[in-house]
Amino acid sequence: MIHFEKFVLDNGLRVIFHEDKSTPMAAVNVLYDVGARDEDPERTGFAHLFEHLMFGGSVHIPSYDEPLQMAGGENNAYTTNDLTDYHLQLPAENIETALWLESDRMLSLAFDENSLEVQRKVVVEEFKEHYINKPYGDVWHKIRELAYKKHPYRWMTIGKEPGHIEHASLQDVRDFFFKHYTPANAILTIAGNLELEQVKKVTRKWFGDIPGGTRYLRNLPQEPPQTEPAFLEVRADVPLDALYKVWHVSSRLDRRYYVMDLITEILGNGASSRLYERLVKEEQLFSNIQCSHFGSLDAGLLYIDGKLVKGVSVQQGEAALLAELDKIKSEPVGEAELQKVKNRTESLMAFEDISLTNRANSLGMYELLGDAGLMNRELEHYQAVTAVQILEESRAIFTEDNCSTLHYLGKN
Amino acid sequence: MIAPFGSSTAVNRTVPPLIKDAVLFDLSLKPYRSGALSNGAPVYYISDGTEDVAMIELVFDAGNFYENRNLVASATNQLLKNGTKGKTAYEINEHFEYYGAYLSRSCHSETATVTLHCLSKHLDALLPVIREIVTESVFPERELEIFKQNSIQRLLVNLKKSDFVASRLIDEYLYGAEHPYGRMSSVEAIRDLTREDLVQFYRNFYASASCRIFAAGKLPPDFENILEMHFGDLHLHENIPSAAFRVEPASKRKHRLVNDPNGVQSSIRVARPFFNKHHADFKKAFILNSVLGGYFGSRLMGNIREEKGYTYGIHSYIQNHVHDCAWVITTEVGKDVCDATLDEVYKEMKILREEPIDAEELLLVKNYMMGLNLGDLDGPFQVIGRWKNLILNGLDETYFNDSINTIKQVTAPELQEIANRYLVPDAFFELVVT
Repeated sequence: MIHFEKFVLDNGLRVIFHEDKSTPMAAVNVLYDVGARDEDPERTGFAHLFEHLMFGGSVHIPSYDEPLQMAGGENNAYTTNDLTDYHLQLPAENIETALWLESDRMLSLAFDENSLEVQRKVVVEEFKEHYINKPYGDVWHKIRELAYKKHPYRWMTIGKEPGHIEHASLQDVRDFFFKHYTPANAILTIAGNLELEQVKKVTRKWFGDIPGGTRYLRNLPQEPPQTEPAFLEVRADVPLDALYKVWHVSSRLDRRYYVMDLITEILGNGASSRLYERLVKEEQLFSNIQCSHFGSLDAGLLYIDGKLVKGVSVQQGEAALLAELDKIKSEPVGEAELQKVKNRTESLMAFEDISLTNRANSLGMYELLGDAGLMNRELEHYQAVTAVQILEESRAIFTEDNCSTLHYLGKN
Repeated sequence: MIAPFGSSTAVNRTVPPLIKDAVLFDLSLKPYRSGALSNGAPVYYISDGTEDVAMIELVFDAGNFYENRNLVASATNQLLKNGTKGKTAYEINEHFEYYGAYLSRSCHSETATVTLHCLSKHLDALLPVIREIVTESVFPERELEIFKQNSIQRLLVNLKKSDFVASRLIDEYLYGAEHPYGRMSSVEAIRDLTREDLVQFYRNFYASASCRIFAAGKLPPDFENILEMHFGDLHLHENIPSAAFRVEPASKRKHRLVNDPNGVQSSIRVARPFFNKHHADFKKAFILNSVLGGYFGSRLMGNIREEKGYTYGIHSYIQNHVHDCAWVITTEVGKDVCDATLDEVYKEMKILREEPIDAEELLLVKNYMMGLNLGDLDGPFQVIGRWKNLILNGLDETYFNDSINTIKQVTAPELQEIANRYLVPDAFFELVVT
């Protein structure tokens, strides 16, 4: 059970506080309700580029990192298709330094042309490092385009192509900031060795006078149900043939999410999972295989991907995979197997909650979903999943018409 | 563009809040409890924590220092849980996973480990199977064949990555291809592994072993008795003679190779031999390393990423080896700015040799390092991890305390002296893989 308090400032900023007296540290998490899904299709990669610019100086403070390091803190940030998150930790005594820095960049950035120019280059190098200069690097770009036709999940957070990032202008940066980086669109989570009254006081002091801004109301094109199988074959300079299959699944807030999450555990997570045991160990068709899902807030994708053993054709591997999926669609999962994946989930949650930074992050994330208190009800939702639900949801997900398939094949 | 402040009581944002300098923090390493099993194997543990989780790690002197054929140590370590006299690989995996536990193995140069992470309430169900793994593992031929096939496939993919290739080669240049720190895996070496190699290695280094046990988390009150019950009668405190290897660095200093003609980035490694933690200069060099490339605000990051935009990241670090170490700079940069990056790396070394670090930057680095230590030592898992690193390196809390004091007291001229002693281009190997 993670205890927390919630209050809202007059400008609309939602604040979550989690007290932990066992640590000398404080963790601060600022979550902005904007991600790659909110981008213009012709200017993708912008939310992530913007995350870099948040470190290029704010209106009163030329450098974000230096004062934080001077206060004994460290920080990082990440952008997903759904949201942008900034997090730091530092000795609890120095909490005000964190709030000074975060509030100033919520108030306004410095909008420095040079910072934009440099970070454009940095992000292009990031693009190259992770998505171009490695085998199979472009595979998730291709899968998103194959599976999504309407929803902005059809591009990755890094963007469709480096060109989109290279053309971002300072005016784009300004517009994006004042639309999305306002108290009304942010959640501030503070965790650690502090008292509620003190947190209220310093939060009001640093964030209270920032204009609230307008709550951004998202109106994204939702993905219509897929009505026929999608298929793509890619030939590239890779040493092994690989198979990728994805299926559309429910959104994060749908109760079917928990069923789907456990299905991926049963199939492909861990050395005793079905796909690993059958296809890697028994039949030796794949050298590795996994099953997971995007974990996105809007309707996401469940994926299975694996590399084929040399000499095994992708068709042979795919047929064996489909046969394994037929089982989960035709026979109810046994009691012990269902208990196993529930136990794994319980354990995973307990380990995640060890870290103060993770606790702050999770609270913010659940508040974004509507209520930080959801964090404490997650395990119940998983415990309530039944074998019948697994069967029904497997049947609903694993249909041909709901599936996109990518064969990523070597040139030889 | 600045939004107006709402009221006259607006806070003055141009003045930073007062801070407590992290160098003023009193930092000590929370003590562990220790004991020994009746067979003599030492146990170090910290029973504490907010969640009902536990970690138990068995550290064997069974790293690749002890193998007489390449990859035997790591293959043995990986396949420990792939079959015992009484259980198949599947049954073992299913047992741990049923209890939501994670059993990981890892093989290093000197040591190889078996680590259990689990909910504390399941320890009783899990420890007997760990005992089974370290006493009755059988290494079925079929499991080895699958392991070999899949390892070869993984290696083939990795060999297409310039960063993987560069990281392997720089170690070979530093230590020589025969040294455990420089030895590389290869398709041939994987293919040559035999079941007999593994069975013999297991017999010599696990079934009859030199083992130290580390544990942390919410542990049961009679934890030492529980360990004694499961492991007390095993041969875990045998005399394993340590092997010695000669470092034979490459004679050529500068290397360039093309791994992928279509690559858009180059992997750069610049590295020099360095001492281990027992050397008098290590602690100061560790701080100088932070200034050079050890954190986000470092000189290399500031210059090559934040000013020039040549890379997504550039880092420097001193390796954590028990014997010889190296001081390494690593980055992936656009192909066209490769030479420019190397010039800047040497330029930053030169500045550190010629100019003392100014007072503000030095205080910043000190505060940052202290804050990092404070955060790193938050919780029993991190604290036992730090202890483990000390103990495996033959060090104790004196080293920890001296390190903290060095951070607090080191001066700019002292760091400049270290720079002049070690950040000398001629001492560095240089490698570019495209």
